[in-house]
Amino acid sequence: MSTGILRVWQRNLDVYRQNWKISFMPPLLEPLLYLAAFGVGLSGLIGDVPYGDRKISYLAFIAPALLAINIMNNAFFENTYSSFVRMYYQKTFDAMMATPMSVEEIITGEIVWGATKSVIATAIMMVILTFFDLIHYPAGLLLIPLAFCGGFAFGSMGMYFTGIVSHIELFNLPFFLFITPMFLFSGTFFPLEGMPPWAQALASALPLTHLVDLARGLCYGGFVKSFPLAIGYLILFSLVFYPLALIKMRRRLIK
Amino acid sequence: MLEPIVEALKIRKAYGRLVAVDDISFAIARGECFGILGPNGAGKTTTIRMTYGFSPLTSGVLKVFGLDVSRHARAIKARIGVCQQDNTLDPDLTIFQNMTVFARYFDIPAPLAVKRAGELLSFMSLDNRSHSRAMELSGGMVRRIVLARALINQPELLILDEPTTGLDPQSRHQVWERLDNLRRQGLSILLTTHYMEEASRLCDRIIIMDQGRILIQGKPSGLIRDQIGRDVLEITSPAPDLRAYIRLQNMAFEDLGDRLLVYGNHDDHLYRYITNRFCPEGCVMRTATLEDVFLKLTGRGLRE
Repeated sequence: MSTGILRVWQRNLDVYRQNWKISFMPPLLEPLLYLAAFGVGLSGLIGDVPYGDRKISYLAFIAPALLAINIMNNAFFENTYSSFVRMYYQKTFDAMMATPMSVEEIITGEIVWGATKSVIATAIMMVILTFFDLIHYPAGLLLIPLAFCGGFAFGSMGMYFTGIVSHIELFNLPFFLFITPMFLFSGTFFPLEGMPPWAQALASALPLTHLVDLARGLCYGGFVKSFPLAIGYLILFSLVFYPLALIKMRRRLIK
Repeated sequence: MLEPIVEALKIRKAYGRLVAVDDISFAIARGECFGILGPNGAGKTTTIRMTYGFSPLTSGVLKVFGLDVSRHARAIKARIGVCQQDNTLDPDLTIFQNMTVFARYFDIPAPLAVKRAGELLSFMSLDNRSHSRAMELSGGMVRRIVLARALINQPELLILDEPTTGLDPQSRHQVWERLDNLRRQGLSILLTTHYMEEASRLCDRIIIMDQGRILIQGKPSGLIRDQIGRDVLEITSPAPDLRAYIRLQNMAFEDLGDRLLVYGNHDDHLYRYITNRFCPEGCVMRTATLEDVFLKLTGRGLRE
């Protein structure tokens, strides 16, 4: 590997900087909308939520989940739809492959860029959530590296799908089958503790559950005993999907 | 001959049971413009994709700058410029950014990249379009920018896959002029084309391929002389007694049913004789071209 990964990342950053005023809006507005709808609207009905051996407000409960969902969505969207457009319609990877860069560098650069988008979105959201006093510092600062690791994991999975789908419409499948169920059932909007054991076991198989767990711990400023398991899960998830993404994309691009 | 800039020894590319390139060998000298001709599906694009590492070889040895492509792809790609068949300009970037971002892929420092981008765009008469996007430009302009971009690393070998397909005659001549210019500066060029005129005009040497094999190679003028002769006598709706005469005279000819092509080094005498005796109208004598060679060797059936 040489500087190729950086070069691909720089290319995407150059494009992002041209449209940053628009790219900034979703991570800025989305949490505000969710906080208004769920936090203000629902929390009156729900009251406090149990977390460990204490009770927290519903707003404090869902804020870290919104961060985790944003980490997942940004990287996964970037490395599915956006990467596919660059690969298939714009032939950006073909042009890159005629330079000294290798397929592995190009794809890694794309995934690292996807993780970077998660980091950017997280940083913007953190500003909003800090304003509402929903993040405790300094532990909260670890949300930034967490965004990169989570983004890398979900981006690798997204890139794997980009390597295998024949048509852009087919991305509806992973979004419908993985992203939406995870969005709803990963301990995001209601605590998993009250669920039947089988539902808890199912949820703990989902990567977002562990990302939410980590984000929640960091927002509340403490180390939780489930952290090693959650970090281990995300690393394992990356170790499976990152090489798979490289293999599938190499097969797709080199004929 | 000095060490060839590209050397292919029995290279082969198979996709399952389909053999796209079938054990072909050729060599390109430094400073030469080398053309690969052939109908659709002949294996032209696959052959040049192998030279820049897009398609791994099934078997054989392919060397560029004396380096094996399967082991030194990165070092080779740093020293070549490639114009692919598809438009691969980055639509998310302006024309000038396309040049500088591409330069960065080669680790060319920014100030040098900016300098070269300016020079190359003005060489292609496109310096006034620096801030446009590819979508706003005509096909001819896009092709010249792709060409300019392929020169950003000052390559020793330029690889062009159908450089003028789909261009109008004016744009085509613009591209040819630039390629002529580069050739005179000593740049080695490897190109594929469907256009015989392009090959005759630009190439020092060509190969004609069909179904993955090389049918013939040589200088365009030499191939025309050896395969066809100087002239072609083209006769529309030939009468039966003309057919019989031609057969008797033992001349090289091709019978297309409603047209008869007679190849050779005719003199005016024969032409006048045939014209007067057999076809007062619909008989043309013209100079033989590379297209005659191409069609004679690859046949006239459609390739789809």
